[in-house]
Amino acid sequence: MSRKPKQPGISRRGLIGAAGAGAVLAVSPFRINLARAQEAPIRIGFPVPLTGPYGTEAQDQVNCAQLAIAEFNAGGGLNGRKAELVVRDDKLNPGEGATRALELIENEKVNFIVGSLSASVQLAVNNVTKERGIIYNSISQSDAINEAADFSKFTFHEAMTPHLTAGAVGRYVFPKFGKKVAFLTADYAYGHEMVRGFKKAGEAFGIEPLEDIRHPLATTDFSTLLPRIQAMKPDVLIISNFGRDQQIALKQATDFGLKKSIQIVAPILLYTGRQAAGAQAFQGVIGGTSYYWGVGDQVASAKALNEAFGKLYANKYPSDYGAMGYAGVRTLLEASKAAGSVETDKVIAAMEALKYDYYKGPQYYRKCDHQSVQSVFIIQSKAQGQRNPSDVFEVISTEAPNEANLRTCDELGHKA
Amino acid sequence: MAGLTLDLIALQLFTGVALGAVYVLLAIGLSLIFGMLTVVNFAHGAFYMLGAYAGLFLMTQGVNFWVCLLLVPLLVGGIGLAVERVLIRPLYGRGIDYPLLLTFGLSYVIVELVRIGFGKTGYPVDTPELLQGAVDIGVGYFPLYRLFVIGATAVILFGLWLFLERTSFGLIIRAGARDPEIIRVLGVNVRRVWLVVFGLGTGIAALAGLLAAPLQGVIPEMGGPVLAEAFVVTVVGGMGSLLGAVLAGLLVGIVVSITSLFAPEMAKVSIFALMAVVLLVRPQGFFGRAGLMS
Repeated sequence: MSRKPKQPGISRRGLIGAAGAGAVLAVSPFRINLARAQEAPIRIGFPVPLTGPYGTEAQDQVNCAQLAIAEFNAGGGLNGRKAELVVRDDKLNPGEGATRALELIENEKVNFIVGSLSASVQLAVNNVTKERGIIYNSISQSDAINEAADFSKFTFHEAMTPHLTAGAVGRYVFPKFGKKVAFLTADYAYGHEMVRGFKKAGEAFGIEPLEDIRHPLATTDFSTLLPRIQAMKPDVLIISNFGRDQQIALKQATDFGLKKSIQIVAPILLYTGRQAAGAQAFQGVIGGTSYYWGVGDQVASAKALNEAFGKLYANKYPSDYGAMGYAGVRTLLEASKAAGSVETDKVIAAMEALKYDYYKGPQYYRKCDHQSVQSVFIIQSKAQGQRNPSDVFEVISTEAPNEANLRTCDELGHKA
Repeated sequence: MAGLTLDLIALQLFTGVALGAVYVLLAIGLSLIFGMLTVVNFAHGAFYMLGAYAGLFLMTQGVNFWVCLLLVPLLVGGIGLAVERVLIRPLYGRGIDYPLLLTFGLSYVIVELVRIGFGKTGYPVDTPELLQGAVDIGVGYFPLYRLFVIGATAVILFGLWLFLERTSFGLIIRAGARDPEIIRVLGVNVRRVWLVVFGLGTGIAALAGLLAAPLQGVIPEMGGPVLAEAFVVTVVGGMGSLLGAVLAGLLVGIVVSITSLFAPEMAKVSIFALMAVVLLVRPQGFFGRAGLMS
């Protein structure tokens, strides 16, 4: 009963709910459990798209989140109170995501929610959690979730934003490979936000944006779009799409010989995608990532995560989105520890005060929008010299955490 | 639009033809089975995917791509024979929706089995070494492998035409499609003919999948969008008409390609817009026989 509604005052629904719950408690034998409720495990709801095109990434998110839970429990929990993960399949569908979130809150009585792997699903989940006053830590990219319209004090964003990601990649690529930039973009929020980020970052370098060619989601043949891109004669081609779209686009661009004269760039290069599409398609492509296991050579916490993950999961490495699942869960658990409680307001305050380095170097949540300020890694796909089959990228640059690379609180509509 | 040269339009048209060749290959097996058996095979996309996975499996066992081109259609065609014999045959004479529902369910089973066997993640399939790279075709560079796919499609079509038009078994197939009753009265084992046709159709679907694998890699769900496209081509060309499937496939390829040049976000919709227009003007498609569905 410690959850506070988001507005001051009590809503009618909240009042009925509270009265109902009170009545039930008063008459049921359940009330004797009330004293022991403090010892009940901390429950973290975890809706991710286990089925569908991003199933592999989602499974990795779950594996990494379980690791964070296991570490927390092995470390004694919150004064002996253990944590557990309640995993649900959001099927990459906003409606399903909202339903699962509601079910997690109502039936599973989770303390926090972490999860999602799509811009639109996380916004749907966020709508539910902010209405219910439950903390939600999103582990998928989105620009909108930090904007004043969608944000609430219960919203945290552990993932990077498209603005930050595209900006970091642009700042690396534009001075090196030329000013004429063509875009091939998946026609939905993710693609649009990435292109906006690249163009914004490009202003400082005086880039000349050529056409932005948009393709529908789940395109299996890009051949008809490629002659036109070739005819534009760009220095750089930025392909902003995700999952299988990215794999096929890169494969076919390679077949059409685009790489001979054009540097191909993607805002995010996915570890799992690179493994599914192979070295040929990704060869030489430059992109950004929130995490790649090779970062462990430079960052101690990354090395520690790799080792812990490898012990639990047969010498595999955590993927980029997986590692975010780890951080998303661990931040909340550590904040609960710091707060000495799972009370929403106390945990929010502890999250805001958190200065952490769990897997990729120093991070913290910016006060105004709860965006995790973090480093961005620029990686390039390897074709040779691999140490092992998982050694697919080379970290060619690191952009240190810097609030200046995020949109300002003002821009997002947050009043100081 | 800036930079719209004649060369670009020519290259775009050629790309359309190449894409059309892939569509033709997809649709031809579907059209064959429907034309001869009046079975709407919803598992077509699943057989296409099976072809790609069979090729992948054989290649990881060290079989080279060229041998796979032979083995894969035989292997998956064999599975097709078994499916016809065990699952489809009991449903003949029961109305068109029985085999439709059966194959629809079957496609889910096949996809799920492949997920269990090979995992949910896709695999890359590298272009055969001999066919890597792009060549100058006069108006611009074009991937060698796509040229090969056009050629392979032409060879498959020619072979199919020879088989149907120039062999006595082909004659029986054609006659069986027109009037199975009379053929049976003449003492021909129609069931055997249907068995072969179903195997042939699934074999071609598998070959299409194998040829598509180096273009886009393999994934258990790869047959889904393909099924939709193959249906559009079949419907536009006229259900059951092979010539119709060929012409419609090429037309769909060109329409998609030209739409992509001017309004790329419309490319996917243009396929269905084309189908709507054709159906309004000619409900049976280009060369379809009226009343086949009834």
